[in-house]
Amino acid sequence: MGFLDIDNATKSYGSVEVLHKVDISVQEGEFLVLVGPSGCGKSTLLNMIAGLEDITSGEIRIKDAVMNGVHPSNRNIAMVFQSYALYPNMTVGQNITFGLEMHGVPKPERDKAMADVAKLLQIELLLERKPGQLSGGQRQRVAMGRALVRNPDVFLFDEPLSNLDAKLRVDMRTEIKKLHQNLGTTIVYVTHDQIEAMTLSTRIAVMNGGYVQQLGTPKEIYDTPANLFVATFMGSPSMNLIDANVRVDGNAVYADTHDDKGGEISLAFFEPSAGLKSYEGQAVTLGIRPESLTDVEGADQRSTHVEQVKNTVTVTEPAGSDTFVTTTIGGAECVGRMRADADVAAGRETTFAINMEKAVVFDPKTEARIL
Amino acid sequence: MAVSSTDTAIRTGRVTRTLIYLVLVLFALFYLLPLYVMMVNSLKPLPEITGGGMMSLPQIWTIEPWLKAWSTAQIGVEPTGLRPYFWNSISMVVPAVAISTILGALNGYVLTKWRFRFDTILFGLMLFACFIPFQIVLIPMAAVLGFLGLAGSTAGLVLVHVVYGLGFSTLYFRNYYAVFPTELVRAAQIDGASFFQIFWRILLPSSGPIAVVCVIWQFTNIWNDFLFGASFASGEGAPMTVALNNLVQSSTGVKEYNVHFAGAILAALPTLLVYIVAGRYFVRGLMAGSVKG
Ligand SMILES: Nc1ncnc2c1ncn2[C@@H]1O[C@H](COP(=O)(O)OP(=O)(O)O)[C@@H](O)[C@H]1O
Ligand SMILES: [Mg+2]
Repeated sequence: MGFLDIDNATKSYGSVEVLHKVDISVQEGEFLVLVGPSGCGKSTLLNMIAGLEDITSGEIRIKDAVMNGVHPSNRNIAMVFQSYALYPNMTVGQNITFGLEMHGVPKPERDKAMADVAKLLQIELLLERKPGQLSGGQRQRVAMGRALVRNPDVFLFDEPLSNLDAKLRVDMRTEIKKLHQNLGTTIVYVTHDQIEAMTLSTRIAVMNGGYVQQLGTPKEIYDTPANLFVATFMGSPSMNLIDANVRVDGNAVYADTHDDKGGEISLAFFEPSAGLKSYEGQAVTLGIRPESLTDVEGADQRSTHVEQVKNTVTVTEPAGSDTFVTTTIGGAECVGRMRADADVAAGRETTFAINMEKAVVFDPKTEARIL
Repeated sequence: MAVSSTDTAIRTGRVTRTLIYLVLVLFALFYLLPLYVMMVNSLKPLPEITGGGMMSLPQIWTIEPWLKAWSTAQIGVEPTGLRPYFWNSISMVVPAVAISTILGALNGYVLTKWRFRFDTILFGLMLFACFIPFQIVLIPMAAVLGFLGLAGSTAGLVLVHVVYGLGFSTLYFRNYYAVFPTELVRAAQIDGASFFQIFWRILLPSSGPIAVVCVIWQFTNIWNDFLFGASFASGEGAPMTVALNNLVQSSTGVKEYNVHFAGAILAALPTLLVYIVAGRYFVRGLMAGSVKG
């Protein structure tokens, strides 16, 4: 039993099922991020938790109380919308206390709660203004204030940062994370931005096509993605996928592929599983993250399984802190992440260090992870 | 080349503009002519009119025709002037406009924010009210009013105008609320506001422009209505338009044109006033709706 239980919840519009048996249990104080491409059903799931959409089948429980059919205002949740949804005819102060007023909280208490929240979010000077007179970042704060003042069991955020410019988005991201750490609230947060998901969450549910593809901590999602979709959706630049053949030699297992001149490459796996061995002689998809395809000096010094491959650099993209290098392995265009001052140039051959401790393998037919 | 061509463009612009203004002024004068005729003749003694001086200014200025039209002229059988009928119209038009506007706003709210099965079909049916000719409903309406015991009363007229006005007021508000962010309604639901609280506290306060459009439209139509007034309210319950007709058409005695002119202006004054007070919001409201929609 969790704090918020989503128990085999499905959602259909007419005969179209847009969410399929979603099963997530959220603990108290957790920051769960629902991430996935547009149209995958994140908002629908969030609205079902809020009570704005009804549940076609299954159950949603908050603190063990079944929420199916309970009015949104009686679920003790608060929601921050993408458009902020501030009431345009009310002042900031009235916006913040409207929910308390509707719940019959007396005025002195409302004013006290408003003052506390305004102080916490540093919007004391804005209380008399109308939403139309605020900047994007200020509106965002007011929307959060309106959610905080209710002191709800669960906070729901639907892409709250996607209307802000890049710089402000990063600042507000940090602020939301601080708020979560200081207040220890339970949060369900929807975004299509995988970086937001990684930085904010304690757990991530990666969704696609109405299915939860994988549920896990950011590290689990990043290091051991359940399938090709999760592997490519999470991480930027995205994971390199290389066609390879499995070769077993005694206890060792190798991924056989070729470099850009057609020469054989044999990459020895670290701790190969029995499952992987059973793919002997078959084609698989080898997944290498950009930071595991780097220059020799930049390779992880603690890794015991670094393979070196000589290959030609096709493009270099210096990004200040790193240099991204493109090369072709096994016929696939791969991006490597090297130190900023790695000695590379387009058209020249260089030695790539591949950290096989971090390598993952997928079955190309089922797209599920093997190793 | 480019320079000289813009130069001529400006010069032709000036000439065309002068022409345009000239035409506009002519049209304005043309449209103002009836008002001029009515004003000057309502301020003359009758012999000046019958003597053939329709276009000239009064030689003797008098407000006698206005006073007579308002309080002593013969209308039907009683020499009451237009005054009681003016109040008939007011007590018909104010509730009719208020009720049809508020109900239209409620309809628009439900049709956009509380969608249900067949709501578009229902809305389509309501729009019939905008296009059905008045004459078609006269007899069924008379039957309904008789059945309700409202025949010949002001309340009956209010009902008729509310029913007829709902089509337009619903259309206005539905289109306005269609672009009103649904997230606001959802936020208010989470905040615990009820169906009517969301309407009163969130939607209505943001409906100023469209409410003005709706009120002006309804006021003008209902005030100016003659057919329903003549059909469903006779004698002492008649609205201003019907009374004016009775004044002008009365067959006894000499035709007091100056009194008729004054009465006609009196009948037109409230709509003029509404336009002057709220007219600029009218255009603004129509624009707001169209730009957003
Ligand atoms: N009212 C609705 N009627 C029919 N289909 C809908 C409705 N709302 C959403 N959908 C569908 O459900 C899917 C999920 O939508 P949504 O939850 O908004 O996606 P996301 O927030 O992940 O971008 C989409 O394919 C969308 O077309
Ligand atoms: Mg969404």
